[in-house]
Amino acid sequence: MRIERRLHQPRWLLVVVPAGSLVFAFAAAALVLLATRHHPIDTYRRLFDAAFFADGALSQAFVTATPLLFTGLAAAVAFRMNLFNIGGEGQLYFGAIGAAAAALYLGDRSPVVLVTAMCLAGGAAGAAWALIPALLKAFLHTNEIITSLMLNYVAALVLNYLIFDSLSYWRDTSSPEAKVFPQGKMLPDNATWSTWIVHGTWVPLGFLIGVGIAAFAWFLYGRTRFGFETQVIGDSPRAARYAGMRIRRKIVAVMCLSGAIAGVGGASQDGDFRHLLDARGLQQSGYGYAGIVVAALGRYNPFAVVLVAFLLGGLTNAGFTLQGADFPSGLVGVLQGMILFSALGGELLVRYRIRLARRGRSAAAEATA
Amino acid sequence: MTEEVSGGVATSAPPGSLSPAVACRGITKRFPGVLANDCVDFEAAVGEVHALLGENGAGKSTLSNILTGLYREDEGELELYGEPVAFGSPRDAIDAGVGMVHQHFRLVESFTVAENVVLGEAGGEAGFRLRPRALEQRVEELGERYGVAVDPRARIWQLSVGEQQRVEILKALYREAKILILDEPTAVLTPQESESLFATLRSMAAEGRTVIFISHKLHEVAAVADRVTVLRAGKSVATVPAAGSTPRSLASLMVGREVEGPRREERAPGGGEVVLTLDGLSAPGDRGGDAVRGVSLELHAGEVLAVAGVAGNGQRELAEAITGTRPLSAGSISVAGRRLRAGDPRAAIRAGIAHVPEDRLHTAVAPSLSIASNVALKSYGGEGSLGPFLRLRRFRERARDLIGRYDVKAPGPETPARLLSGGNLQKVVLGREFAGDPKVLVAASPTRGLDVGAIETVHRYLRDAAAAGVGVLLLSEDLDEVLALADRIAVVYEGAIAGELDAASATVEEIGLLMAGGERT
Repeated sequence: MRIERRLHQPRWLLVVVPAGSLVFAFAAAALVLLATRHHPIDTYRRLFDAAFFADGALSQAFVTATPLLFTGLAAAVAFRMNLFNIGGEGQLYFGAIGAAAAALYLGDRSPVVLVTAMCLAGGAAGAAWALIPALLKAFLHTNEIITSLMLNYVAALVLNYLIFDSLSYWRDTSSPEAKVFPQGKMLPDNATWSTWIVHGTWVPLGFLIGVGIAAFAWFLYGRTRFGFETQVIGDSPRAARYAGMRIRRKIVAVMCLSGAIAGVGGASQDGDFRHLLDARGLQQSGYGYAGIVVAALGRYNPFAVVLVAFLLGGLTNAGFTLQGADFPSGLVGVLQGMILFSALGGELLVRYRIRLARRGRSAAAEATA
Repeated sequence: MTEEVSGGVATSAPPGSLSPAVACRGITKRFPGVLANDCVDFEAAVGEVHALLGENGAGKSTLSNILTGLYREDEGELELYGEPVAFGSPRDAIDAGVGMVHQHFRLVESFTVAENVVLGEAGGEAGFRLRPRALEQRVEELGERYGVAVDPRARIWQLSVGEQQRVEILKALYREAKILILDEPTAVLTPQESESLFATLRSMAAEGRTVIFISHKLHEVAAVADRVTVLRAGKSVATVPAAGSTPRSLASLMVGREVEGPRREERAPGGGEVVLTLDGLSAPGDRGGDAVRGVSLELHAGEVLAVAGVAGNGQRELAEAITGTRPLSAGSISVAGRRLRAGDPRAAIRAGIAHVPEDRLHTAVAPSLSIASNVALKSYGGEGSLGPFLRLRRFRERARDLIGRYDVKAPGPETPARLLSGGNLQKVVLGREFAGDPKVLVAASPTRGLDVGAIETVHRYLRDAAAAGVGVLLLSEDLDEVLALADRIAVVYEGAIAGELDAASATVEEIGLLMAGGERT
């Protein structure tokens, strides 16, 4: 059996393979369900019901999808240039720190001012954090995967320091209890981002901002000189250098753009959901890493990322609903894992084909053909 | 499809026996659009160093790939020691006692010498567990016996290129290769290293092994080989004893008599103003040290100046230095009298230097992007955009225009560049480069790997460019091409200009001698 790279990628594969992967995932997971004495069809019905169809499920899906949308876009814009920014997690923390600082500093201004300031401050802080691996990559050829990943841990430590180990600007020191159980300062009321209600479904402002960023990214990559250069650099750095493109600058710019998007995601955490700098909650969520999966499933296409983030948001919620006395959380994890694994594994079939060949003469003949 | 080699070790075939160690009869190998080997006959005797001589693309590599089981011949027969063999895989060839030292080494950089030597062979002898001590001793013994001593415990990345080559030879010796094929082994060696390699090869031959030595350097062939088989355009032209040949006679065999008197089209001589001046140009190579050493040249408008030389004598580095993709270590470049900022491709493009790079698919174009994007590769910032926004419609128009004008066989402007054939891709590159109204065109091996029709087309475009007043700097290893196109010829050897000739009066022998590092007579 041999795995060969496809010379041509027929368009129908792009639809058939993901669909086939999902069918395979559900079929394989059905075996697991049968083995653990659950009814597959019934389980799947409950799963989809909980994800999208039940009362309020759709609203909840948007809520869960919002941070994934930001970190997914952050990963996608960098990965498109073969720049593997794994640091979305840390850049999101810094975005949350920056946005919280802006909100606390501005206090009772109008909501428009606060939302704008939080997005700008969050984006700037995320970009600044991404600047470190960007400069290391551009000027010292350091592997950005390792540096950006390691900086996630540093960012987590910074977050802990600000809330647990110091009397920082972000920490609530107003009451005696807050000194015993440290937490962030509550943000001013006007820093609470509004929610949009469409046909009875709640959509967080952050999700809409994320969709706006997706549209911006699509335009930037497909219609501008900046995007053209990233396409060429991503495809062949040598060709880019040959054509006189400034590769270093582009690495720094794209990495910072990626960090800024993750940073706005951090601002959205403050404004949409947490309303304080929630050191522990942010670290427990792992949005940055989930975003990498979202970007990969969306093939780095900004609009596909929106869709994937939404679907994954629903699926995550369904997991919480499914688990119970007769349905252990481990089994939920198995189902989610199998679906993700199949979807990502299916990618292989788009780019490669598997063929069976006899060893020896025929294989050699093919190799030369 | 097994190997039926008369048993045992190299010495079992008596010297002077009637069956040659290797015999190829009527070997033919076709690739799409290329006849790589055309009915090649070739014999190497037991205990002989046999040279395969030919220009690039003459079919030497294809033949050696057939001998090592990498390719399978379309027609013809292969015999080892008088027995017909058919190799289904490189494994079969190794089992039959054929070893190969590739031009580009197949070594694992982070492994030790001993580990590399045993790679792929450990299973049979040592079982699952490696016994490093015994192995290292064996490698050391082999190295001393054949004069290819290397520290068996050293890691590959610590070794010089010459030492790495010794490891490749040790690999073959360890596998008890009776027939050793070396593909241009001296291309990466210093003269001193070459000398010691030759001594090793001679001692191996003296033991009854057969050495097949692939080269296009004439003086080496004379130094090491017993006999020489010359390949030209996929055919075996002649087999002659090395003792009776001179570099001159080999050169004419290699290039072929029919190219005598360059058939260049007469046209008005260049003689325009100087458009490109190189003054004492030196540029670093990829492995440290200078690959280009003190090159001074002047190129006039409307002239084709060919830089001829054997591959790897600094041509690629020279082209890259001029076009800004490689920094300079000394000297300067001026375009039309104005000094160029070195090491900056953008400055070179602005100054009017067009570049057809050697690596068509990964440097000249971004392979996965569309033809339209690749046509705009250098103009996207100028007429291809309006402020920061791309004019995609103009991209497509320009591409459609170019496809029509240069007769590119492509479904349309949205086709990814990598799906084009070499010839069509080169047309796209040339079309794009000419579109920028260049003063200078640097073309590095512009016809390598193309079929005859495409070669003619490319030649026509280069001539047209010169006729339109562009100064064309052609870097080529193909003497036919050089003689067909050039007004003047500069020969490079080891990064320096070995001599400059007027194309009208230059002879193949003269150029060949200079290319091979010989003295000019």
